[in-house]
Amino acid sequence: MKKQVTVILMSIFLAILVLAGCGTKAPTAQQPAQPQVKDVILATTTSTQDSGLLDVLIPAFEKKTGYKIKTIAVGSGQAIAMGEKGEADLLLTHAPDAEKKVVEAGAAVNRRLVMHNDFIIIGPSADPAGIKGKAAMDAMKAIADAKAIFISRGDNSGTHQLEKKLWKQANITPAGSWYQEVGTGMGQALKMASEKQGYILTDRATYLAQAKNLGMPILVEGDAKLLNIYHVMEVNPAKYNKVNAAGAKAFADFLLSAEGQSMIASFGKEKYGQPLFFADGGKTDKDFGL
Amino acid sequence: MESIWQGFLEALRLLAIGDPEVVQVVLLSLQVSGTATAISVVIGVPLGLWLALHDFRGKPVLLSFVNFGMGLPPVVVGLFVSLLLWRYGPLGMFGLMYTPVAIVVAQAVIASPIIAGLSFAAIGSLEPKLRLQFLSLGATGLQTNWLLIKEARLGLMAAVMAGFGGVVSEVGASMMVGGNIRGETRVLTTATVMEVGRGNYELALALSFVLLMVAYSVVAVLTYSQNSRRQDAA
Repeated sequence: MKKQVTVILMSIFLAILVLAGCGTKAPTAQQPAQPQVKDVILATTTSTQDSGLLDVLIPAFEKKTGYKIKTIAVGSGQAIAMGEKGEADLLLTHAPDAEKKVVEAGAAVNRRLVMHNDFIIIGPSADPAGIKGKAAMDAMKAIADAKAIFISRGDNSGTHQLEKKLWKQANITPAGSWYQEVGTGMGQALKMASEKQGYILTDRATYLAQAKNLGMPILVEGDAKLLNIYHVMEVNPAKYNKVNAAGAKAFADFLLSAEGQSMIASFGKEKYGQPLFFADGGKTDKDFGL
Repeated sequence: MESIWQGFLEALRLLAIGDPEVVQVVLLSLQVSGTATAISVVIGVPLGLWLALHDFRGKPVLLSFVNFGMGLPPVVVGLFVSLLLWRYGPLGMFGLMYTPVAIVVAQAVIASPIIAGLSFAAIGSLEPKLRLQFLSLGATGLQTNWLLIKEARLGLMAAVMAGFGGVVSEVGASMMVGGNIRGETRVLTTATVMEVGRGNYELALALSFVLLMVAYSVVAVLTYSQNSRRQDAA
């Protein structure tokens, strides 16, 4: 009996080891022209993953090219930092000022506009600070004056960078118990805002994907300051020789191809009754007056 | 409360229909945490045995470090392993970052001190004369060690369970070094965090229940073997 049990235990461990050995997937058969280095590391903002957009784009791209996209969904700030260290192959982010800096520093190249949507400010339906319908900066001022609870991402993400910019333009240094920096992704931050009945700046895509859980209406929208523009950049292979430049370019090109753009444009229409992103392939910052 | 029940039902449904994505995530979690535990057993049990049988200067210091390691914060381990495995880090040439192997490495670092510390406690609490008895009956050193391990098996099995439980439920390191990549490094804990971020609470709950069931099944198998051995011995 003792021996039996030992045998059983040993075989469990062996089975686990063998399973682990088989874990690495067998190469998917018969794909057009297998690329030399398959893995492409895409560092991106949470909104592209949390909205579900990448779940549509990436399988289509992988099937077509044989590349394997490894998505690391973090805030735009962290994504750009990964690019600056050469630890990612391409970046899909929405933090224009930080993006320009990283291109100027030579860490990333070929920055191209992919799509946009907009930021909105949502809050409790009672709207204690009375911001409904105001321009973005007036709304921020009203929230600060009323010391109404405001949830800040606090993680240097693209959304957080825009929020800081708005405070700065409004000449306000937010501080005090009403201003709460939570340091989480957009989805989690929205839930916290809803629980605490606070105001929050969010991208429209993540809001729409979660609106059913939140019970908080859109209070401020349509201000030109609230434009949310996504760019794709390739990490500079001349600076970082370990970068998968071919794979990065292939995915960036796919995002801007007719097929990729139409997938972006139609994403979410069925589920939310409106598109989550507007495809902007071929446009530049100038088209948005930036 | 109703949503908890809903999540439980959803977990059963996902397992019953064998949802390919969930099955894949479950298998990966088992492979990764199972392998990490196996590695930790290979490192931890001999270390615990050695510590229990030897007296030397500085032993209390070493022991305090092992005991401290039992509570190593997963995020700290994740960060250190990241720094080592980055493309431009010291071990970057192996290209391990954002692979299941990276998660195994991080989890093995987390589980090894747990298993070493509990092994030390299990073997150290045996009757000290036992070893002398084995030796005087003519057992070789290796045979003696093996007999001691068998004597301490109850405690050692508990050590293995604690190690496995520690890593299968850990999220900080897996997220950092694995990256939660769909179909590749997405394990049950990171998938749960992501679904919470997406606001899919029902799916997140379902994944939580799947995690609980998986962890329970493994521990149940180990507990069963632990007890059947005890009855044998009696």
